[in-house]
Amino acid sequence: MNTSTVTDQTTPEVWDEPGLARRTLNWLRGDPRAALSLVVLVVILGAAVLAPWLAPHDPTAQNFDQMLNGPSAAHWLGTDDLGRDVFSRLMHGGANSLYAALLAVSVALLIGVPLGLIAGFAGGWTDTLISRVIDTFLSFPAIILAVAVTGAMGIGLTNAMFSVGLVFAPQIARLIRARTLVVRQELYVDAARCFGASPLRLLLRHVLPNAIQPVIVQSTLLLAVALLAEASLSFLGLGVQPPDVSWGAMIARGYLYMSIVPEQMYAPGLIIMITAVAFNALGESLRAALDPTIKGHG
Amino acid sequence: MATAVKANRVKQKMVASRLLQALPILILATFIVFSLMQLIPGDVAVTLAGENASAERIAQIREAYGLNQPFLAQYGDWLWRAAQGDLGASLLSGEPVAQTIARTFPNTLLIAVYAVLLSVLVGVPLGILAATRSGSPLDSGIMGAASLGVAVPNFWFGMILVLYLALTFKWFPATGFVSPREDFSAALWYATLPALALCTNGIAEVARQLRSSLVEIQSSQHVRTLHAKGLSPARILWKHGLKNVSVNLLTVVGLLFNKILAATVVVEAVFAIPGIGSSIVNAVLQGDFPVVQGAVLAMVVTVILVNLFTDLACTALDPRINEL
Repeated sequence: MNTSTVTDQTTPEVWDEPGLARRTLNWLRGDPRAALSLVVLVVILGAAVLAPWLAPHDPTAQNFDQMLNGPSAAHWLGTDDLGRDVFSRLMHGGANSLYAALLAVSVALLIGVPLGLIAGFAGGWTDTLISRVIDTFLSFPAIILAVAVTGAMGIGLTNAMFSVGLVFAPQIARLIRARTLVVRQELYVDAARCFGASPLRLLLRHVLPNAIQPVIVQSTLLLAVALLAEASLSFLGLGVQPPDVSWGAMIARGYLYMSIVPEQMYAPGLIIMITAVAFNALGESLRAALDPTIKGHG
Repeated sequence: MATAVKANRVKQKMVASRLLQALPILILATFIVFSLMQLIPGDVAVTLAGENASAERIAQIREAYGLNQPFLAQYGDWLWRAAQGDLGASLLSGEPVAQTIARTFPNTLLIAVYAVLLSVLVGVPLGILAATRSGSPLDSGIMGAASLGVAVPNFWFGMILVLYLALTFKWFPATGFVSPREDFSAALWYATLPALALCTNGIAEVARQLRSSLVEIQSSQHVRTLHAKGLSPARILWKHGLKNVSVNLLTVVGLLFNKILAATVVVEAVFAIPGIGSSIVNAVLQGDFPVVQGAVLAMVVTVILVNLFTDLACTALDPRINEL
C-alpha cells in the first residue's frame, strides 16, 4: 500500500463535495459584494493589460499645444503638463501598479510560506529562531524598511516591490506557522507518517494544502496594501521611473500642478481606492467563505 | 489579600518575561539595520564615497567605516558606538546622525501622536455607535466609510485636504511646519492637516475592531443574562463591554502607532515637514547611507519600545489577571 491511497481517504467521496467551479459560483451568488468586487477587478485588470490596444492615445506622446487641459471629447480626463492623455496614462499606469502589487505579494509568498512551514513543522530551536526573526521584522515600520531596502538595492519599481514583498513575508510566515502547528497534529498527517512518507512529502502533500487557506485570504488583503505601497514609493520617486508611469507616479505629477488642474490627481487616487476596496471586500468575503467556523453560524 | 499578592506576583513574572523577550528582538533589529548596507551592490566604499571619488577618498571611507574588517567585527563596532549615541555622520552635510535624529524626530512624533489621538477620539465613538445599532443603516454607513478609510492612499487624501481646507477655504496653512519647541499652539495648527491625512486608516481600524469586539461580547451568554436581570443597556455597555475590550483596543492602538509612524514618510513629503521620514527619503535618494541606518534604527527602537509599553499596559489592565 502506498501513501496516495491514504491521501484519497482523507477526502471521502461519500460527501459528494461539489466541484471548485460550482462552489465558486455558489459563493459569489451568496455574496453580491464579492461578485461586484470581482467584476470591478476584472474590468480594471482587463483595461490595464489591454492598454496597448485599447488606450485611445500613446501614453508618452507629448503635445505642447494641449498642456494641462481639462476633460474634453478627445481627452476624457484631460492632458498633463506635457500634453499627454491622462486617461491613456491611467490605463498604462494600471498595468505597472497591478504588476507591482502582484510582484510584492508573490515575493512575500515565496519567502513567507517555506519559512512558516519549516518553523511550524520542525519546531524546537529552528522554530524559536525563525519566530524571533519574524517578530523582529514585524516591529519594523513596513514602508520605512521598504524605503531603506530600496535605497540599498537601487531605485526602481522592481526593486521597490521586491522590498515591499520582503517586508510582507513575515506576516505570511507567521500565519502559516500557526496553521502548520495545528495541522501537523492531525490524524491524517500521523497516518501518512506511519506509512513512511518523507518529511518533504508530508509538508507538500498533507500540511501545505491544509494550512494554506488563511494565506489565500491574507494575500488578497495584502494586494490592497501592496497597491498602496506602490503608490507611496512611486510618489516618493523610489518606484517607477519616467517615462514609465504608475498610479502613484501620476498622483505625484498631479500634485505639482494641483492649483492649476486639480482634476488630474483625482483619477489616479480614486482608482487606487476603488481597486483597494475591491481587493479588501474580496478578501473579507473569502475569509467568510473559507472559514468553517463562520460558515456554521452564517 | 492573598489573591492580590498572587496577582501581583504573576504580573511581575509577566513583566520580567516580556522585558526579556524584547531584548533579543532589539538586538536582531540592530543587526538587520546594519545588514542593510550589505544589500548595496558592488563595493560599499565606492558607493559611499559617491560619484567621481578619488582612490584616496575611497580608501579613507574604507578605513573610517572599518570596511576592511570582517562583517561581524564591523557590526560589533557599529553597535558599540550606536549604544553610546554615535551613529556616524552624514556623508553630505557632515552633521552627526544623532543630531539629525534629535532635530527631526520630535516633528514626526508630533504628527504621529496627534494622528493616533484623532484615530481614538473619532474611532471609539463611531465603533460604539455602530455596535449599539448593529444591523441598522447607521451601522452599515459607518462600516462602509471605514472600508473606504482603510483603502484611501493617505498622502493622496492629504493632497485633497490641502486643496480644499488650505488653498480653497484657507482654514489651515497648506504646507510647512513650526517646531513644537518654538511655539506649541502654532505647531499644532500646522500639524492638523498632516494628522488628518494620517488618521483615516486609524479611525477606520479602531472603529472596526471596537465594533466587532463589542458585538461579540453583546451576543455572549453572560451579557444576555445581565439583560435578563434587568441591567440598563448603557450600564452593560460600560461595565461589561468597554472594560473588557479596553485591552483589545490598547493592542490595536499600539499597532496603529507603528503603521502611522511608517505612513509619516509619505505624508511628510506632501506637507514638506522636516521630519525623520523625509530625512530617510532624502538620504535614500542621495545615497547618504549612515543617515538611513541611523534614522531607521531610531524608528525601529521607538516601535519596539511602544510595543513593549502597550504589552505591559495590557498586562496591568487585564481584568483576568486581577481576578486570580
